[in-house]
Amino acid sequence: MKTFSRIYVALIILFLYAPVAVMVFFSFNSGSSVWIFDKFSVDWYKNILFDTAMMDGLKHTLTVAILSASIATVLGTAAAVGITALRKKVTRSFVTTVTNVPMMNADIVTGISLMLLFVFFGRMLGLSESLGFITVLIAHITFNLPYVILSVIPKLRQTDKNLHEAALDLGCTPVQAFFKVVIPSIQTGIFTGFIMSFTLSLDDFVISYFTCGHYQTLPVVIYNMTKKTVKPDVYALSTIVFLTIFVLLILYNIVQTKSEQRRNSRG
Amino acid sequence: MAKKFIALTLSAVLMLTLLSGCGYKYAEDLDGELRGTYTKELSGTVLNVYNWGEYISDGSDESIDVNREFEKLTGIHVNYTTFESNESLYSQLKSGGVSYDIVIPSDYMIERLKNEDMLEKIDVSRLKNYDLIYDKYKNLFYDKNNEYSVPYSVGMVGIIYNSALIDEPEHSWKALWDEKYRDMSLNFSNPRDAFMTAQMILGQDLNSTSKKDWDDAAQKLKEGKGVLQSYVMDEIYGKLETGEASIGPYYAGDYYTMVENNENLEFFYPEEGTNIFVDAVCIPKGVKNYDAAMLYIDFLLDPPIALANAEYICYASPNKAVVENEEYSFYEDEILYPGDEYEIERAQYYHDIDPKIRKYYENLWIDLKLY
Amino acid sequence: MNKKSFGSRLVAAPYLVWAAIFVIVPLLMMAYFAFTNESGAFTLANISEIGRYKKAFGVSILYAIIATAITLVISYPMAYFMTKMKVSSQRMIMIIVMLPMWMNFLIRTYSWISILANTGLINTFLQSVGLPKLKLINTPGAVILGMVYDFIPYMILPIYSVMSKIDNSLLEAAQDLGSNGPSRLRRVIIPLSMPGVISGITMVFVPSVSTFYISQKLGGNKNWLIGDAIEYLFGMGPDYYNVASALSLVLMVMILLCLAVMSRFTDDDEGGVIV
Repeated sequence: MKTFSRIYVALIILFLYAPVAVMVFFSFNSGSSVWIFDKFSVDWYKNILFDTAMMDGLKHTLTVAILSASIATVLGTAAAVGITALRKKVTRSFVTTVTNVPMMNADIVTGISLMLLFVFFGRMLGLSESLGFITVLIAHITFNLPYVILSVIPKLRQTDKNLHEAALDLGCTPVQAFFKVVIPSIQTGIFTGFIMSFTLSLDDFVISYFTCGHYQTLPVVIYNMTKKTVKPDVYALSTIVFLTIFVLLILYNIVQTKSEQRRNSRG
Repeated sequence: MAKKFIALTLSAVLMLTLLSGCGYKYAEDLDGELRGTYTKELSGTVLNVYNWGEYISDGSDESIDVNREFEKLTGIHVNYTTFESNESLYSQLKSGGVSYDIVIPSDYMIERLKNEDMLEKIDVSRLKNYDLIYDKYKNLFYDKNNEYSVPYSVGMVGIIYNSALIDEPEHSWKALWDEKYRDMSLNFSNPRDAFMTAQMILGQDLNSTSKKDWDDAAQKLKEGKGVLQSYVMDEIYGKLETGEASIGPYYAGDYYTMVENNENLEFFYPEEGTNIFVDAVCIPKGVKNYDAAMLYIDFLLDPPIALANAEYICYASPNKAVVENEEYSFYEDEILYPGDEYEIERAQYYHDIDPKIRKYYENLWIDLKLY
Repeated sequence: MNKKSFGSRLVAAPYLVWAAIFVIVPLLMMAYFAFTNESGAFTLANISEIGRYKKAFGVSILYAIIATAITLVISYPMAYFMTKMKVSSQRMIMIIVMLPMWMNFLIRTYSWISILANTGLINTFLQSVGLPKLKLINTPGAVILGMVYDFIPYMILPIYSVMSKIDNSLLEAAQDLGSNGPSRLRRVIIPLSMPGVISGITMVFVPSVSTFYISQKLGGNKNWLIGDAIEYLFGMGPDYYNVASALSLVLMVMILLCLAVMSRFTDDDEGGVIV
């Protein structure tokens, strides 16, 4: 059974990484095809820097990801605190349902409904152009919020309610108590929410496609490229992003393991 | 920890801003070759250009990067995006979600945009290089008084096939319906061009107002659907160049781009005739930077730039300075410039069609895609 | 107590305003477009247009169900085997499974073309050993494969997450009471892992049924899935917004119904995210 399980896991991992391998492999293709290999070359990596569309796309994506994740984290944490404090179960489940809507809805529905909203209001306000940075930022914040809220709420529930009261008894103002006691105890939830938002923002295609206008994010740029001939430069860019994340995650893993070891040895 | 993360990503963004653009070699002495005058009055402003994909010289393969040179010359930042069909261009402009200063639609779409009051007038007397356009491309049906458009390129549709994979087919649109090429043939994924291939076989007027004609053409398309591998637009490059597909219709200029990557590709104009089109530069209503747009148009007409574009996109040029230039790679090329007999007798322009008919065939197209 | 908790509740107000404007209102607008015609008059014509798209709906749902089922069948053992590994390996494997999610979704899908194309990797290999070529791309199978591949981590991780939290003492108790391996699986593990399964099914089915990119790249672009139709119609301009909105509305209602049915299988009303 054990060997079977090992083989099975290995096969799944193989399946998961087949396209990744293809991407990395063909990013080093000297020719311009993405499925017929010519010779080894790193030319396409150099090429990326020339391509303004891709560079702009990357800049836009990173900007939107950071901003939307940050704003969503702040708004969402506040919302989580507010929701947990709700007395009536009816109100709470209503709000929870509303929160879940962007998560449950297909991306295409969210994207289209937001596009309709923006274009409609743009016309009402007499704008010649309604879709752009602001709209894609709003869209990203909107779909990030549920994830932040749903990451923080469990942590809030786990937090000992008495901690907050104890802080108040010891002389803190409610605000101080909040920042010095509550936030630290839910910080893993906040951080998870932030990371999830950031990830979702980076990779979002459908919603950005309908709401970004001129301010094209990287996935939208890549989509337009796949409508024409895909050249290895796109693969090169993806490989770089991929390797960066890979290294970051490995580092994160090492840090986590070390801090766990330290915690275990202390206890 | 989150702070470090944010700092890291922001510095990445900054680095990218600094690094991007490295490597392009600006053309030497371009100033000396230009006919028009370009000042830096509008430096710092932005120009939004919306064009077909692969339709401008972009600096690859040691060509001139038109947009970058324009920026260097005038200081105007060109924000360049692409569309894949006239219909999607139309819907972008109509929805008002995004604004553009320059768009480059095809003739029949220009007619429609003009009729729906979506274009700004262009004062061609302000363009130093307008005299370089051939008379035969002026005063055309879609812009009889030359007030709304400036020709950019001319093209005709033909059939491209891979001679290493298949024998030379009969020079007819029927080749796309041929069982011999099952699952290796392609057709257009936009309704107007796809219908054209069927209409040509049936000998119809491409601008027919008879619903029955369009029904027949739709029926013909349905019959041919099973043989096709796929409906494509620019995806066709990858498919024909690699031999993934062996035959498909596309524009003459694109054939030349493809043949560079696969020398076995051949091209012919079908006997029944084909579609001829002119793509022209227009300024849409809602333009934010009209003067920069005029500069850009003059720039595109300027001989070295027009030549660079013609060499890159390989379509026929309406510009005398290009066509009569003996150094031009396609000087007197038979495919791009087949001569007036074919052009005038067998090639048809698309006109803007009565909205009811247009909706009618657009719905026929939807039916075709819905099994 | 009142003042403090009111203050805490007020803190959620900005979010509620945001949700009202950017979640509720857009959907209402979509409904508005669905039930009006181009001049703004109320009409049911768009809804009746849906009939024309029934095959697209049917095929989309069918593919999505097949893809979800395959994903579930593959992922469940995977999650189970993961829980059986050493704790330190588990975190490593989790990262390995998550990592492809960080590769751009479009590229992940597009790379399959390199593998499945007529002139792609598999066929080149088959030809080199003298076997005939296979038509792999531009088929329903390719589209379903794309769906499975793109969303499989969203099935593995929730199931694994829930499974790994199953208290071992429960399993030991079951064993003490005479339960053997398969029986423990059926009576203890499977029921307790249901929340993860439901979560995974949701996160695979919803994007699969509404995709347009996967079908465009891997399916041959000859027949539309519902996502293709919606994307095309919105791309055709404001004239078609009404029909497209109606389609979106029906799609949304359909998905919500499926999810509501599934949520009867779970008692979880805490609303926590399975991370």
